[in-house]
Amino acid sequence: MEDKEKLTRELGRWEETTVAKSVSRFPERKERFESTSHIEFNRLYTPLDESDEGYVDRLGFPGEYPFTRGVQPTMYRGRFWTMRQYSGFATAEETNKRYQYLLEQGQTGLSVAFDLPTQIGYDSDHIMAAGEVGKVGVAIDTLADMETLFHGIPLDKVSTSMTINATAVVLLAMYLVVAEKQGVPSDAVRGTIQNDILKEYVARGTHIFPPRPSMRIITDIFAFCRENVPQWNTISISGYHIREAGSSAVQEVAFTLANAIAYVQAAIDAGLQVDDFAKRLSFFFNCHNNFLEEITKFRAARRLWARIMKQRFAAEKPVSCMLRFHTQTAGCTLTLQQPENNVVRVAFQALAAVLGGTQSLHTNSRDEALALPSEDAVRIALRTQQIIAHETGVADVADPMAGSYAIEALTDRIEADARTYIEKIDAMGGAVKAIESGYMQAEIAESSYQYQKEIEAKKRVIVGVNDFVVEEAPVKDILRIDPEVERKQKEKLEIVKRKRDAHRITETLTNIKQAAETSENLVPPIMMAVKAYATVGEISDTLRTVFGEYEERT
Amino acid sequence: MAERKTRVLVAKPGLDGHDRGAKVIARALRDAGMEVIYTGIRQTPEQIVNTAIQEDVDLIGMSCLSGAHMTLFPRVLELLREKGAGDINVVGGGIIPVEDIPALKKSGIKEVFQPGTQTVDIVRYITENVKSRG
Amino acid sequence: MSLAEDILSGHVRAAARLIRDIDDDVPSAWDELKKLYPRTGHAHIIGVTGPPGSGKSTLVDRMVELFRKEERTVGIVAVDPTSPFSGGAILGDRIRMQRHSTDEGVFIRSLATRGYLGGISRSTHDVINVMDAMGKDVIIVETVGVGQDEVDIVNTAHTSIVVTVPGLGDEIQVIKAGVLEIADIFVINKCEREGADKLEQELKTMMEMAPPRQDNWFPPIFRTEAPRGTGVFDLVYGISRHHRSLTDSNGLRERNRLRAEKHFLKLLQTRLLDDVLARIDQDSDLDRVLEKLAARQVNPYTVVEEIVGEQLKSQTRWDHGGQGKADP
Repeated sequence: MEDKEKLTRELGRWEETTVAKSVSRFPERKERFESTSHIEFNRLYTPLDESDEGYVDRLGFPGEYPFTRGVQPTMYRGRFWTMRQYSGFATAEETNKRYQYLLEQGQTGLSVAFDLPTQIGYDSDHIMAAGEVGKVGVAIDTLADMETLFHGIPLDKVSTSMTINATAVVLLAMYLVVAEKQGVPSDAVRGTIQNDILKEYVARGTHIFPPRPSMRIITDIFAFCRENVPQWNTISISGYHIREAGSSAVQEVAFTLANAIAYVQAAIDAGLQVDDFAKRLSFFFNCHNNFLEEITKFRAARRLWARIMKQRFAAEKPVSCMLRFHTQTAGCTLTLQQPENNVVRVAFQALAAVLGGTQSLHTNSRDEALALPSEDAVRIALRTQQIIAHETGVADVADPMAGSYAIEALTDRIEADARTYIEKIDAMGGAVKAIESGYMQAEIAESSYQYQKEIEAKKRVIVGVNDFVVEEAPVKDILRIDPEVERKQKEKLEIVKRKRDAHRITETLTNIKQAAETSENLVPPIMMAVKAYATVGEISDTLRTVFGEYEERT
Repeated sequence: MAERKTRVLVAKPGLDGHDRGAKVIARALRDAGMEVIYTGIRQTPEQIVNTAIQEDVDLIGMSCLSGAHMTLFPRVLELLREKGAGDINVVGGGIIPVEDIPALKKSGIKEVFQPGTQTVDIVRYITENVKSRG
Repeated sequence: MSLAEDILSGHVRAAARLIRDIDDDVPSAWDELKKLYPRTGHAHIIGVTGPPGSGKSTLVDRMVELFRKEERTVGIVAVDPTSPFSGGAILGDRIRMQRHSTDEGVFIRSLATRGYLGGISRSTHDVINVMDAMGKDVIIVETVGVGQDEVDIVNTAHTSIVVTVPGLGDEIQVIKAGVLEIADIFVINKCEREGADKLEQELKTMMEMAPPRQDNWFPPIFRTEAPRGTGVFDLVYGISRHHRSLTDSNGLRERNRLRAEKHFLKLLQTRLLDDVLARIDQDSDLDRVLEKLAARQVNPYTVVEEIVGEQLKSQTRWDHGGQGKADP
């Protein structure tokens, strides 16, 4: 760097003269400019803000430790990020049609959303399922539904991401059986299950069992897939929902990585070698509005994770230290008011995610503050990604923002702040303890309350909501779930139950119970039950009798 | 006699686990001087109604983001009437399409708060419209 | 029908409304309580106190499950703190007991402390009376937390349970003056954690060092893991044992007398004070009196003597419900 002293002097001079003169005539808009994590933004960043760590150690190169600049050497010059739009609603038939449409439109991976009863281990005819069947995703009660869902879709040609957590073991088993029936060998099957139970307790609420038995199920899945489904990403450790629940960017990184540390430790404690499973860990982040903070958040997360894997877990293979992630643009930033503005928000958020180096991206549709997206809105969301990819040119350079004084300073700062949180959680005994004591939940609730207060005090402007408001007619054309869906699904379930071999059901469920009571891997007995057309509810209930149910803290 | 405190039940019916809004509102109501009973996620209509009666609340506020409001909200109102508590005011929020609001109001929901509603507006609504028993 | 009559014929909502009136200090509440009072005195009242994070609510939930298995009806009073800034409160103890909210044999009520510092609310004892009159066999009061000042529960409950947790650094906290003496039963919850042995040892040591109790009851220590229900059966048995020791000896009578005394004095104090202050304000404006006191124009000793003198002048004999003293 240039003479540091000269720069310091000149910077001081600039502030005391040029800036001071300007500010006295035109004061700045605020006293203090802050990110969502209350990191103060300087007016200007200069080489003086650079860390002492040199380029090689701090930034390195894409595809190499510490991966600050990206996990692939050629980044998007080799292949664009996967354009993966989350979807699934109502019945398996309709979802299947939507998948065929999206694959035709150029989508390259499938993403399955399941309804709440499926996520929480209730069949469509359960009393708790009333009114919920098919609403936020597709209803899957038995293998029959799964077969309909992927009808005509060759599972060796697509990669499928399933947003499923507490019942991930059951849905994965079903997917594998469908592949088997298609004649696709399990080592050719590609995809992801979210399978991140810890964030459910903290932010999303679709848990079933308490933390400890849930961790056991997760490590069973790790072990099984390592042997049998080597291309499958067995967990997508998620910060998205933590952010949606109101956390700051720093908390999103810190709590996600703290949860990840807990999973890695659990797998090691279960006897797995870190370099055997770490490459199949993937992450899922949010992309929020603050452009600079979001780009730097992703870079900080990559470097922090790489360092954790190397220093804390002594990972030897570089691939074990790679933070590969899927991003979804922030649902919580979408407004009901002037929904066309959401297209613009999503575009900026998507751009930040690409500049941040995401491996896969879901862009929200403009009408998602109201209901599940319409076909039209979904197409625009997909086009947003395609325009970034093909028209903006940002995909032609790896990590193009690197070297910006602001970007590097913020990356360093987010890494440091996240690290402080992680140390605090370590002192509590780890993520599970932090969750059991309600610490993470309390931090998030506090953050979300402060955010709301800022909006109401107009310290934070949400265009169309607390400023630039217009009179609006209610939006038409939103997607509605036909109430018949629930009835039809229950009918279908009843038929499947009638046709199947009841004896076989009892047998397979008993085997699951026995495996749950010992340390036998749960995946094979669950696959057997699934093949016999046992329901999601029946399998979950069997596990409930052994593991119990989680009870919420405030 | 001390002034009556307003008591509000903030409830999440059904399987939706997103409690950010409910928690923010509970806190805002507390900061406005009200006593808020918050019962967490996954409440059945029966649990909500029994709680409202036992706690003698002035208002029930339900939050639902999963689209199940058309089944769950009217069920709560039905049960309240069955148990002779049809006089307890009920309002709702979450992800509720504008088209559903007339039907909800017809079933007895007094007001539906859409995304973007500020907590100050909800507090004002309660102070203006919800009378603690005199 | 009055609220009291409704309550006695099983009306849950009437009970809830009366509890509200009591909490809000509505004058008519006393009339109803008068009618209910003869029907109280049957319930076994259990206080559960312990620091935040000790798992009291989950423990109470498990206790209720067992009481219900014995077919005993249960009332629960769950107390949470009022915010000193806003006067509002978030009452969240119910979350962990919600599965009982649809059980007709269980009545759960959340109360805010409303500035009262004893660990319970000012209305708690009267609320307990309502639940007692409803016919509840057991009434559990979950207090705000334990600290040196928050031990009022001992004046209200028959059996006081102090809940501790290993590793909270509270081993010494519990032993703070007042808390050790109030416990009829100790519970070490989350007993699977490190430090449970140490905590139990410390409790035992402290109990040995403390002066012997008048009732000769030696508080047992139970280890529980509330979420799994471990140890709760023994705890509930221990509670029964304590209750029996009270009924077998003179213990229950003495305790009820103590409870009545504390309650009576509290009511008397509150009512007298309220009435006198209202009178002062009516006749001479309390603010002016206070200004004069601050300015040393009058002294408080004379003012109080005058007030008390006024009150006592109105009655020559004080004999309420008693035999009276024989005239000399």
